[in-house]
Amino acid sequence: MSSNKNKKYWKNLADLNPLNNSALESLEQKEFIEEIPVDEFLGDKESLSNSSTTRRDFLKFVGFSTAAASLAACEGPVIKSIPYVVQPEEIIPGIANYYATTIGNGYDFANVLIKTREGRPIKVEKNKLAPLSASANARVQASVLDLYDSFRLAKPYKNQVESSWTEFDNDTNKKLNSLKNSSKSIVLLTQTFASPSTYKLISEFKKNYSNAKHVVYDAISESAALDAYEAKYGTRGLSNYDFSKSDLIVSIGADILGDWQGGGFDSNYAKSRIPTKGKMSRHIHFEANMSLTGANADNRYPVNQNDQKLVLLSIYTKLFKSGSDLNLSDRLNKVVDSLFNELLESKNPVVVSGIQEIEYQSLVLEINQKLNSKAFQPNKIILTRQGNDNDVESLIKDMINGKVGAIIMSGVNPVYTLPNSDSFIEGLKNTGLSVLFSMKNDETAQHVNYLAAAPHYLESWGDVEMTQGEYSITQPTIRPIFDTKQFQDLLLLWNNSSVTYHDYLKSNWEKNILNDKTWNQALHDGVFENKKSIRSRASYINSKNNFSASITSLANSITKNPENTFELNLYSKTGMGDGQCANNPWLQEFPDPITRATWDNYLTVSEADAKKLNLYLEASTFFTESKNGADGGLNGKYAIISLDGTDIKVPVMIQPGQAQGTVGLSLGYGRNRGVKEVMMTGVNGYKFFKNFKSVQSIKIIATDEIHEFACVQLHNTLMGRGDVIKETNLEIFNTKGSNVWNAAAVVSLNHEETPVSSPSVDLWDEFDRSIGHHFNLSIDLNACTGCGACVIACHAENNVPVVGKGEIRKSRDMHWLRIDRYYSSEDSFENDDLKKDNISGLGSSLSSFKEMENPAENPQVAFQPIMCQHCNHAPCETVCPVAATTHGRQGQNQMTYNRCVGTRYCANNCPYKVRRFNWFLYNENDEFDYHMNDDLGRMVLNPDVTVRSRGVMEKCSFCIQATQSVILKAKLEGREVKEGEFNDKVACAAACSSGAMKFGDINEKDSEIYRLKEDDRAYHLLDTVGTKPNVVYQVKVRNNKNS
Amino acid sequence: MNKKYKKVNPNSYFIKNSTNFLTTTVGKIILTFALIFSVSSFAQDLDLVQGKALFNANCAACHKLDKKMTGPALRGVQDRLLKDEGLDKEWMYSWIRNSASLIKSGDDYSNKIYAEYNGSAMTAFPQLSDSEIDNILAYTAQEKAIPVVNTVQAVPANGNSSSGISNEIILGAFAFVFLLLALGLFLVNKTLRSFAVQSNIELPKTNKSSRKPLWKAFVDNQFLMLCSAILMLLVSAYFVYGFLMQIGVNQGYEPVQPIHYSHKIHAGDNEIDCKYCHSSARVSKHSGIPSLNVCMNCHKTIYEYNGETTEEYSKEFYDGEIQKLYKAVGWDDEEQEYTGETQAVKWVRIHNLPDFAYFNHAQHVSVAGIECQTCHGPVEEMEIMYQYSPLTMGWCINCHRETNVKVKDNQYYEKIHEQLSQKYGVDKLTAAQMGGLECGKCHY
Repeated sequence: MSSNKNKKYWKNLADLNPLNNSALESLEQKEFIEEIPVDEFLGDKESLSNSSTTRRDFLKFVGFSTAAASLAACEGPVIKSIPYVVQPEEIIPGIANYYATTIGNGYDFANVLIKTREGRPIKVEKNKLAPLSASANARVQASVLDLYDSFRLAKPYKNQVESSWTEFDNDTNKKLNSLKNSSKSIVLLTQTFASPSTYKLISEFKKNYSNAKHVVYDAISESAALDAYEAKYGTRGLSNYDFSKSDLIVSIGADILGDWQGGGFDSNYAKSRIPTKGKMSRHIHFEANMSLTGANADNRYPVNQNDQKLVLLSIYTKLFKSGSDLNLSDRLNKVVDSLFNELLESKNPVVVSGIQEIEYQSLVLEINQKLNSKAFQPNKIILTRQGNDNDVESLIKDMINGKVGAIIMSGVNPVYTLPNSDSFIEGLKNTGLSVLFSMKNDETAQHVNYLAAAPHYLESWGDVEMTQGEYSITQPTIRPIFDTKQFQDLLLLWNNSSVTYHDYLKSNWEKNILNDKTWNQALHDGVFENKKSIRSRASYINSKNNFSASITSLANSITKNPENTFELNLYSKTGMGDGQCANNPWLQEFPDPITRATWDNYLTVSEADAKKLNLYLEASTFFTESKNGADGGLNGKYAIISLDGTDIKVPVMIQPGQAQGTVGLSLGYGRNRGVKEVMMTGVNGYKFFKNFKSVQSIKIIATDEIHEFACVQLHNTLMGRGDVIKETNLEIFNTKGSNVWNAAAVVSLNHEETPVSSPSVDLWDEFDRSIGHHFNLSIDLNACTGCGACVIACHAENNVPVVGKGEIRKSRDMHWLRIDRYYSSEDSFENDDLKKDNISGLGSSLSSFKEMENPAENPQVAFQPIMCQHCNHAPCETVCPVAATTHGRQGQNQMTYNRCVGTRYCANNCPYKVRRFNWFLYNENDEFDYHMNDDLGRMVLNPDVTVRSRGVMEKCSFCIQATQSVILKAKLEGREVKEGEFNDKVACAAACSSGAMKFGDINEKDSEIYRLKEDDRAYHLLDTVGTKPNVVYQVKVRNNKNS
Repeated sequence: MNKKYKKVNPNSYFIKNSTNFLTTTVGKIILTFALIFSVSSFAQDLDLVQGKALFNANCAACHKLDKKMTGPALRGVQDRLLKDEGLDKEWMYSWIRNSASLIKSGDDYSNKIYAEYNGSAMTAFPQLSDSEIDNILAYTAQEKAIPVVNTVQAVPANGNSSSGISNEIILGAFAFVFLLLALGLFLVNKTLRSFAVQSNIELPKTNKSSRKPLWKAFVDNQFLMLCSAILMLLVSAYFVYGFLMQIGVNQGYEPVQPIHYSHKIHAGDNEIDCKYCHSSARVSKHSGIPSLNVCMNCHKTIYEYNGETTEEYSKEFYDGEIQKLYKAVGWDDEEQEYTGETQAVKWVRIHNLPDFAYFNHAQHVSVAGIECQTCHGPVEEMEIMYQYSPLTMGWCINCHRETNVKVKDNQYYEKIHEQLSQKYGVDKLTAAQMGGLECGKCHY
């Protein structure tokens, strides 16, 4: 039997307990959630009879308007074509150019390749020359849209009034010069630049102005880890971890697949997760919130931070055989015991932690040094977080006390991100000169004297050193759209230098960074490695254990949360990060990988706590009842959370797997300046980010108000088709044949079990696809971390519209590619009990054993990217009355928009629910005021893909524009398509940094995609239906241990 | 702006072409004879033909006969120098062979002219012999020929005219014959009647009142009514369908452009290759409207039009259009330099496929090797560019069905063709067999 036969998959709590849930039942019965609301205008007999319009009049109107419309159609519009006066040499209209550049906005750092068409950047792609750890995540993929943000500053401002750069330059120069010998200081408050040239400029600035100081501020601080590393190794940086080299990853509250310590660990993490030769890494995770990392872990323990600290302390005491026994609960003790045994057994174990306290971060360094795993690489120093909390605190004090003469800010938005923003505003008032470099008129911009319009990174020069010795260059890919100037250019001006930043950068590189390589080569590659400055790993590993604090006193200092309070865990969302991209509609509509919610942040609460606090909506009110039945939207109650007099009303989302006694709230939402009104979503979690600590103790009061969420996926139900996900564990995978854990579906033919792949049970004849190309996409459920970079890449490549919260709630999301998230749990409670004795039921907060029987306490999670499966025997094709969806010889299921009349029959007949209907015109429509509604935002559109209109179906096309361009290139050069030339040409596979998605031509018999298709782990989604898809999935293998 | 349409009869194109061919060939032969004779009469001492050829090869890049360019205008230069400066042929020889050394030697006029042209030195031509220089000078000494304005319409405006005349004659003859017949019948009738009156035969009188009028009979006959109603409906449906099907089809669209650019002069008379200007058609999906710097490759030196003119399109008209180009690209023709003040030319787009149709020029032009004229018609004869083809999907599909793929020398096709012929015995490979009829190949 396959291991998932005794498992139950569910998507939300209502799905888990479907009994007597009429709303859910009505959802299951409906293909489309809402009927066309004809009743609204035809159902009311009274108003119809009162109407003066007779049937005849109505017909006259219809006839007249039809005639008018067709007459209007006779005269076509006059279209102008304007060629260049002097065409730039490198631009050929219709041909894309690619430029290597680097993003470094203080939160996201990545090497990217920018695709430009006719001089405008339209897409962010992976720079294959760059290290994997610097791959673009979802936010970086979406960053190209920020360039075309209509809310960007077009010129500098002086005291909120439009000004000019000459005035700005003169005024600031004069004021800074007058401060030169004053007792007041000049402060540069900046993001982490990690830029060697900028740092050089700043040090020159400090030389020029002896009273200048540089304060680095990260909105989401890693200060504790930086302090710990600095104390141990002497450099302000972070240790690197290469998880691909590890066979046991123990994470204690570290969101290593999220933004932990600068992010970018997911690609290497995923590498070791694919079982090869019977081996894969094992990942044990302790955390309070259900994070992306926890969702990918083999064994996840939902515990609060106090317990996390205890776990870390006891690992340390056991490893160093020092200190006394700690006060761990029995269950936790058991877990730590077995965990410690595993640590000793494995070859390359690594322990990481997200606890924001210097002592615990020091402990982690000591533990890893002792474990001496290859994955621990303290010599490859991460430089993308440099913030210093203490400096920021003292700066605010100085500002209030009037000790600061000038403050120059770049890349920060402290009024939004500081919890004590009021005192910062007060400080700004006491500061003679305040300058902010910003792209938007944001929260901080309201309070400064001089607001400098800063360029987007795609319009700027720069360099970044993400990890020591790995340099990269930022180069402009478009001329500045607005009248903007870079912070660095002004620094040069203030330093009385006449060179441009580009020249400064180039000479700095040629002098100090480039050894033998030329500047042009480095600019072309975007990256450059200079390992001379790096010390050997051994010199770090062999450093002395200088951890001095007493374990016992540390253990004693763990304070119990006060009665009636909850532990608030602030976290950053995959889509929103630290909130600087809040005006990006792609990211607002990006569904959170875990909760699947869009356009919102919320308080995640465990089911038990929600019931206790009266925050639980009973099943009947789980979904809104609309006039035509359930509209499928998820609801939540509002709660008021408070800490030290700060109260915020926030909607509550019941989160399976949330540790009891803890709640979670994401940062980055609740912006109220510099973003469009529709993007002012959620609440500002930074108000609770007191003392730069992500864990706080808060009070929660329930209200009766109801909040409407807009979640994707939760709308529809599984319809009893739980076998969309196939999973097994490593033991079964290694010991049993694939027929056990990946059994092919069978149907009954003449009372004999016949595999569905057999031609005798097929309705259709097979078409010969062995000539030419035949495209397949393989998705490895083991490697997929659910990060969602592919979702945004698909958006950018295929001009997928943004529909807004209201439409999402009506299940009208347009994502061609979605990443479904399934929770799973043992179906029977007996099984659950057996497991729980060993793995679950931890933490002092658990009061009774009975509660643990609830599968929602700690579910397993699986991610599954789903797009059109391109079935060779597609059910959608046979039902289209106008043959608008047809099959291509290369395997694509093609959708012809201009032929579609919008019957939506194909969507009804699609077993995978991947077809999207354009309910409205989403471009040039004021009702959908996102990027497609303004000229600037439309510059991001891909000119090779049609912008769809109202009333047509659309769906994944297998990026046929990309495969066609490969074929055309071969034809133009008069050659065959080279082996592997199609590989990862589709946007999703190209964006996937974890290697979960592989695309290629299966008629190339030596290709990876052919091997993957024939792999033992390969299966087709719902193969019982016999659709023969061209997308294959690889069975998920968990490395969990039950005993 | 209103669109201007011109109906194109594809047949007329061929007819026109063939007649043109005849006249031009004949013309060419006569011209060649004339040239041979005229040349031979001069050939003894000064070879004007060689002079012209040498001038075009060596001098024309910087000198015009009648206009200052990089260097001075050269018509009658020898006479002028002799008259004004007293410089003889020997001076000319040394200047042309090596102007730099002449300047160095401190020659007055040399230095003067050197300074006048901002110190741009003239290329040395030591390879030219005395007689060759003589020939060049003889060529420059020619009187300026007053261009003969061709008052007669240069090209027959309508290629049909010859066939049209013959049709009219035939029709006229027919009309005449019919008229004769009608007259004959009338006369016969008249004669017979007069015979009848003479022989006292009573002619039957038609009783007009007793007969039903035709329309009433028609109305009473229900079957006939029904049939004609159906017929009327069918006919009107046919016309309505025809009307609806041409909506959005802009065949013959011939808008007025901001600059009157004559494809006939460029591609026809001067035989410039289409892809010289529309160079991106080779590599990109767009054929591209050439940027103005491409125009200036030639028009930096070609500042006037010297070809055939008509009343409507006179030399002044064409020269004015060239001035429009100079204005747009910011070229000061007097000073021979760019002013930097440019303004984009807003051409009116003629061939416009809807957004949902993907068309790639490179695939058709470079891979398939299709002539531009296949879709765009006889561009080299178009004084004003118009849309020749309907650009409808049926038109595309038809070509994809019928056209054989150029398999030869393209390994991409060769491989697939080989596989297909082995497996299915496919002999000729059409675009349709390559998947050229699949919706998704053009609509995505």
